[in-house]
Amino acid sequence: MVIVNALVQGVLLGGLFAMAALGLSIAFGILRVVNLAHGEIMTVGAYLAAVALSSLGVDVWVSLLLVVPLLGVVGYWVQRLLLQRALTLGELAPLLVTFGIAIIIPNALIELFTTNKQAIPTGSLAVRSIRVADGVSIGVLPLLTMVIAVLLIAGTQQFLARTRSGRYMRAAADDSDTLRLMGVDHRRVYASAMGLAFAIAALAGVFFGMRQGGVTPFDGQLMVLFAFEAVIIGGLGSLWGTLAGGIVLGVAQTLAGVVSPELPLLVGNLVFLAVLVLRPTGIVRSKVVA
Amino acid sequence: MTRTAGAGEALLEVDSVAKSYGALDVLTAVHLSVPAGQALGIVGPNGAGKSTLLSVINGTERATAGTVRFGGRDVTATPADARARAGMGRTFQVPRPFAHLTVFENALAGATAGAGLRGRAADDRALAALAMADMLGVANTPAGALPLLGRKRLELARALATDPRLLLLDEIAGGLTEAECDSLVATIRSLHTQGITIIWIEHVVRALLAVVERLVCLATGVIVADGEPSEVMRSDAVRAVYLGGAL
Repeated sequence: MVIVNALVQGVLLGGLFAMAALGLSIAFGILRVVNLAHGEIMTVGAYLAAVALSSLGVDVWVSLLLVVPLLGVVGYWVQRLLLQRALTLGELAPLLVTFGIAIIIPNALIELFTTNKQAIPTGSLAVRSIRVADGVSIGVLPLLTMVIAVLLIAGTQQFLARTRSGRYMRAAADDSDTLRLMGVDHRRVYASAMGLAFAIAALAGVFFGMRQGGVTPFDGQLMVLFAFEAVIIGGLGSLWGTLAGGIVLGVAQTLAGVVSPELPLLVGNLVFLAVLVLRPTGIVRSKVVA
Repeated sequence: MTRTAGAGEALLEVDSVAKSYGALDVLTAVHLSVPAGQALGIVGPNGAGKSTLLSVINGTERATAGTVRFGGRDVTATPADARARAGMGRTFQVPRPFAHLTVFENALAGATAGAGLRGRAADDRALAALAMADMLGVANTPAGALPLLGRKRLELARALATDPRLLLLDEIAGGLTEAECDSLVATIRSLHTQGITIIWIEHVVRALLAVVERLVCLATGVIVADGEPSEVMRSDAVRAVYLGGAL
């Protein structure tokens, strides 16, 4: 039963990893930008939610309505004003720019908030659970996280497949110069894609914060590691693969946790390494984004 | 031949256009005036600057000097996407399909962006463009899976979906078998009779001469001959370029 429980919890944890990885997958799949600041964008999302909670007195769900669109707009302009310029300088430049952002953000957060944990209270949600069998119960928050992750992936998939903007994004991933000849300013398409990636990152950041009861300035470093691992285990550019990758990572971590509380990180990273060595293209084959 | 209203007025005017890459002058003072509805062919040896001229016309490259006017408007500094929306369609010598989109989606991108259509009207425009390029049968095929002729036709279909007034074709017949080439020529000729202005670079002169009513020879960045196609092909300037003048 302990194993079954660990499996269930691991699958649900995978939902959180997949949510965290989705924005990374979009940015890489469409813009070919490896966003090293992805974890820090998540952190900023969580901090903004914490601030909304403490200063506006709204609950966490209402805060999402503010935080997610706000970071979407920020993502749009970061791409237009900063990363687009870097993209014209070569492949390495955007990587370095995002690396710089990843350093600036936590240090700015320390200045503003100190290193103390900023609480993201969720009321009874964090402790509520559904008992499915002896020794196996499903937390409402992890379940909700998984449901939202699946809906987000399905929604993104449909958006890319069926809408005009989604088609432009896929076309830009293939050949942005040619997209210009169709009459589309590819910089706007890129910026919209980055806005989407930032918005989803913010959402994932708030869910991470809820799970841990709050957020500290350097949380992004661990979050981005899990997100990268989920993307690569699942296969670069494949959205459902990202979910599969998240689940593999989540299960590996929780099963290892059964053996010893010190093992989850190590085993998670070993599984990632094993996939990288044995199946570098990821466990899911179909590439939808690019 | 049917012609749209305004035939005879210059749709495109290229005035003293030069293009250099550092110390390398690819185009030097090119003058070209193309009336609406005309089918113009461009020949010239490799490296003459033919593709660069098309790029300067449609905005893929910015002219180093000179002006480009389209429909009476100075578009020299206008970005390529705005020129596409204004009615310039272009195909590439080496086809560049959106490989992960279906053939229909490739055309639809041109219809929604270039022609500015939405919903049903965009679908219809994309389908009409595919029909004109004889691609309806493969509409749902991923563009990356197309063979060469299919890719060349897709270049054409995608450009047509933007509803162009001016179509710039870059060696669209190169690499095709004779039968494939003939059917492509028939397609382009029908576009011409519909009143679309065409500028066509081609090494396959036989295909070119079957369509165009005016021929320009470009050599080392300047126009060396311009006029009725058979006369241009016989002219001393063109003979010199191809048969030793350049050697």
